[in-house]
This record gives sequence, structure tokens and C-alpha cells, in this order.
Amino acid sequence: MNAPAYNFAYLDEQTKRMIRRAILKAIAIPGYQVPFASREMPMPYGWGTGGVQVTAAILGPADVLKVIDQGSDDTTNAISIRKFFAKTAGVATTTSTADATVIQTRHRIPEAPLHSGQVLVYQVPIPEPLRFLEPRETETRRMHALGEYGLMHVKLYEDIARFGHIATSYAYPVKVNARYVMDPSPTPKFDNPKMDHCPALQLFGAGREKRIYAIPPHTSVVSLDFEDHPFTRYRFDAPCALCGAGDSYLDEIVTDDKGSRMFVCSDTDYCETRQKRGHLGSESAAPHKEKLHG
Amino acid sequence: MYVAVKGGERAIENAHRLLAHERRGDREVPEVSLDQISGQLGLAVDRVMTEGSLYDRELAALAIKQARGDMIEAIFLLRAFRATLPRFGTTEPVDTGRMQVRRRISSTFKDIPGGQILGPTFDYTHRLLDPQLAEASIPEMPATGEVSPAAMPRVTDILGRDGLIEPSPHGDANTPVGDLTREPLGFPAGRDLRLQNLARADEGFLLALGYSSQRGYGRNHPFAGEIRLGEVEVEFLAEDVGFAVPLGSITLTECQMVNQFKGSATEAPCFTRGYGLAFGQSERKAMSMALVDRTLRARELGEEVLAPAQDEEFVMSHSDNVQATGFVEHLKLPHYVDFQSELGLLRKLRKEFAEDDALPDMQAAAE
Repeated sequence: MNAPAYNFAYLDEQTKRMIRRAILKAIAIPGYQVPFASREMPMPYGWGTGGVQVTAAILGPADVLKVIDQGSDDTTNAISIRKFFAKTAGVATTTSTADATVIQTRHRIPEAPLHSGQVLVYQVPIPEPLRFLEPRETETRRMHALGEYGLMHVKLYEDIARFGHIATSYAYPVKVNARYVMDPSPTPKFDNPKMDHCPALQLFGAGREKRIYAIPPHTSVVSLDFEDHPFTRYRFDAPCALCGAGDSYLDEIVTDDKGSRMFVCSDTDYCETRQKRGHLGSESAAPHKEKLHG
Repeated sequence: MYVAVKGGERAIENAHRLLAHERRGDREVPEVSLDQISGQLGLAVDRVMTEGSLYDRELAALAIKQARGDMIEAIFLLRAFRATLPRFGTTEPVDTGRMQVRRRISSTFKDIPGGQILGPTFDYTHRLLDPQLAEASIPEMPATGEVSPAAMPRVTDILGRDGLIEPSPHGDANTPVGDLTREPLGFPAGRDLRLQNLARADEGFLLALGYSSQRGYGRNHPFAGEIRLGEVEVEFLAEDVGFAVPLGSITLTECQMVNQFKGSATEAPCFTRGYGLAFGQSERKAMSMALVDRTLRARELGEEVLAPAQDEEFVMSHSDNVQATGFVEHLKLPHYVDFQSELGLLRKLRKEFAEDDALPDMQAAAE
């Protein structure tokens, strides 16, 4: 039987070279979706194969890798991907945003500001921001080529006419470098401003759809809006119950079946770092609270 | 005190351990061997090799065992392994005309040179559960006969000699065939890439599409010109020695559909072709593929594209079951942050709705 033997970071060097070429092209044309010959990976499509291929192609032995899903290092898929690279590349892993050189993410951008030299790798399910307005790839590629984004503005306008607001709360479309409209992946729109002029390199990998795109460091990223309906961030208006942060995106935790809820940071590293520094929230280190609920 | 959910790592390890336990089933019952799967569940192995795009019975059997009989999971395992293999080159085109035929039927002619050969088929069996198979049973040895020296020309070649069917396009030896596993797919796609996509496509998806075209969605009037099953030689042109070296033989099922004729002011009418090819004995797959190959030629043959089966972007983008299952099943992954974002928006809209609703009432009360 052909016993499998795998290369550093799983992918063979030929494949890595092909992916690196696509990444370089993507960096050269910010926001443009570069087709690449995505491979079958040992995890399912839709579970981060695009991000995994990008990470595999850029990872070096000296890198320190962090993987998050929903902002957290502890979600099962994040653990699974982190273990995959720990096993196939033997690189150091971390949960600290500041210490990581490569951060692979699904659905969030870390709260702690990224710095120059870091790479943020996004897992992307549907790279085409126009896909739900026009299902055909041949059409959407033409629309991008001509910069024909009227359809998107009409969609946003119709939202306002119908709901009074732009009713897109995640995967909120942005314009990159004043040229291409881009899907930021399904991050909550709270995270959109973090992409703008970010000192870190941002790479986006869509495995099933076979596309890679990029935002080079210090590139303008503008969320689409209208003068009289400017882009706004959404965040549940409460401090984190564990660390008291008033500026982080919050997960809603349902604590019983009587409607009780609490709100805690979705970014676990941010929350834990703050707690270590002595920041407290209403529910942290307060065992007597149980009596109140009891 | 609330502690954020932890312990995912241990949960994964335990889940995998439990999976291995479930896979083994009752430990008192002998474990199924790869030889048993390959020999006795041979059609499952054929399907996994076909849609997994890798001709290796042993690995396909291993994949089926590892996947607990889940075919798409097994196909996925084989594909993921295939993706890591080095590529040495492409073989010479196989010549199915020189196939060592085990089964060969045509629905277009009662008799054909070389004859109709039923071979191992479910066709004409009565689908009655056989209680004898529930116990160990030894079937009769198969009947044997003399090997016929007669050549077995393909039925489409017979039609082609009289110009009744469009000629099969000749491949240009200097133009490499496309490979959608190595180059990203673009549209419109050439027939080489379409056929590759269909060969890897989910059998059920192609079956439904082929069926839909028979029922009038992209009408297509096909005859099964010929279906043949057997072994063909695979040869590889070794640059060093300068000639084609045989690598071995593989089992293939080929289906050539003969379809409605077309003609124009400048061309005499003739039948058109639809082509299907699959590893092993995969007749349903090869037939469905041939139907869909033909419907996807709509653009090339100047037909109006109206039905899903004729729409290459629709068909090719959704035919791959490994892609499809991944994306459908990814809905199991957490979506907390997006859902939270949607909750926020929905609550805001509902609050505004309630306020708007309350307003006229208040006005009415004031009046």
C-alpha cells in the first residue's frame, strides 16, 4: 500500500508555489479575487480549507501560529486546525494575538490591534460580494472588471427603503483601495473598521470556490454606505461580564431558560489578557453571586 | 461565576475514540477485511474510485472501511490523499475499441459485430430478497465459452463510417488536456474539463440531471448506442525510452449515447454524441454522465440553454459531492458572532416596528 508521507505543512512544494503566486497577485491587486487551483484538503470544504491552504503556503518553521473561530482559540474547529499545523509543520502555536506571526481566523478580527509583520488569514465561504445579487460567475467577474457596482448600492438602498437601515450585519461589503468591492468574509460589521489601513497583511482564502484575495498593509478599506445613512458598527451595549471591556464584540450567553443572558467578549485572548491585568466584570471572581441566583 | 466553554480539545479526542469504537461495531463479530470489501462490495469500491479520481482498489476499500460505509466520506478520504500525490504526466489516451470486453450491449441494433454480451448485470434479475445470501453460500461457477476472435468495434464507429453520427473530435497530441484539479476552473469550460468534472461528479446528482433532461428539461432524445465494460491497457509515454510503456490494465465502463440529429443549410443532418466513462463497473454513472455531457453541449450545438442540465455553470459548480457536502455540513460549525450580529439588527428593527405601531394608537387616543 502507498504509505502517505507528507511535506512540511502538509502541501507539496509545487502546490505551495502555485498558491504563493496567487497570493502575490492578490497582494498586487488589492481586493481582486484571484482564481487558484484549490486542493482537496484533509478537512471538509466549508470548514476552512481556503484559509488552511493559504496558511500552509506561507508558514515557515520560525512562525508562531494562532487559530481562532468566532474570536475564540477554544472552539473545536480552531483546535482542530491548530493541531493540524502543529502536527504537519511542527510550528509553535499560541493563543496570544500579540505573539502570533500568522493568525488564521474564521468570522472575527482580533480586538488587540495587529502590528506590522503579522499576517491575518481569513477563511472565506463565499468570496463574491455580488453572489447573492447575481449567481453567475461569468457575470460577476464582468461587473468587477467594469467596476459596475450599482446593483450593490441598489440593494443597500432597498434595505433602507424597507427597514430604515442597511440590513446587513455581517459580511458587510467594503471597497478596497478605491477599486474593488470585496467581501470581508462573514465577520460582524463591527470588525470592518479594523481592516482599514491595518499594518498587518490580510489574506483571504476560499477553498471550495477556489479564490484568494488580499488587503496589503496600510490599504484603504471603506465600508459601503450613503452620506445620509453612514456606516455604523453594532455592538451590544454592555460591558463584558468577565473583564468589563466596553469596546469589544460580545457573545450572548443564555444562562437559563427564563430569559437570563450575559454578555462576554467573543475574543477570548483579549478577555483573558484583560482579566490577568486586573480588569473585572460583573460576573467574574464573584462566587457569592450564585446566592443571588439561587 | 461563569466560565467560558473550554475543553474542546478533550472533547474532540474522546469523540474520535468513540467513532473508532462505533466503526468497529460488535467486537465479537470478525472484522471486515479490505479484501472482503474490494471483492464483495466491488461496486462500492468502483464508485469511490470513480468519484475519488484515483484507481486503487485497496485504498478505496480502506476508505470505505474507515468511512463506515459512508460513500461520500470515503470519496473525500481518497481525494484528500490523491491531492498530495506527485504528478508525473498524463498517459496515452486509452483505446476502448481494443477493450477486453466482459459486457457489451447496444439498444440501437439487434445484433452487432461481436454480438451483445450481457455479462455480470442486475438487469433482468427479479428484485426479490434472497434469503440464501443471509447465510454463507457458494454460488455456481460461471458458464464459460470460447473467446470470440471477432473484433468488437464500437457502435458509434459503425454509425460514423456512414457519416450518420458526428465525428468524434480528434484530440491534438500537442495540446495538453485540462485538469481542474491543477488549474482553477473558468467559464465557459472546454469539453475536456466538462467531462473531467462529470467523471468526478456525484452519481446521484448526475442521475437526477440526466433524468430531468429525459423528462423534458433540456430535451434530449437519446439511445444507448453502446455500453461496454472491460479491461483496457494504460500506457505512458516515457520520454527517456521514447516509446509508450504499458503500466497495467484498468476496468472501465464506457457509455456512448446517440442523440437527436441536427443539421443546417450547409451540413447534412447526423446524430450527435454524449459520452460517459467511469472506473470499474459504474453503469448508472456512465449513462448519466453521457446524458449530461450531451445536454451541456447545448451552446456548442446552437441549442437554446433553458434547463438546469444544459447550464454548464450550474452543473459544474454543484456536481462535486465533496464540495457540496463540506459546505452544507459546515452549518454545524459555530456561527455565534454572526448570529449575534443578526440578533442585534433584528431586535433593533422589532423595537422600531413596535414604536411605529404604538404611534398611531397614541394619536388616536389623543384625538
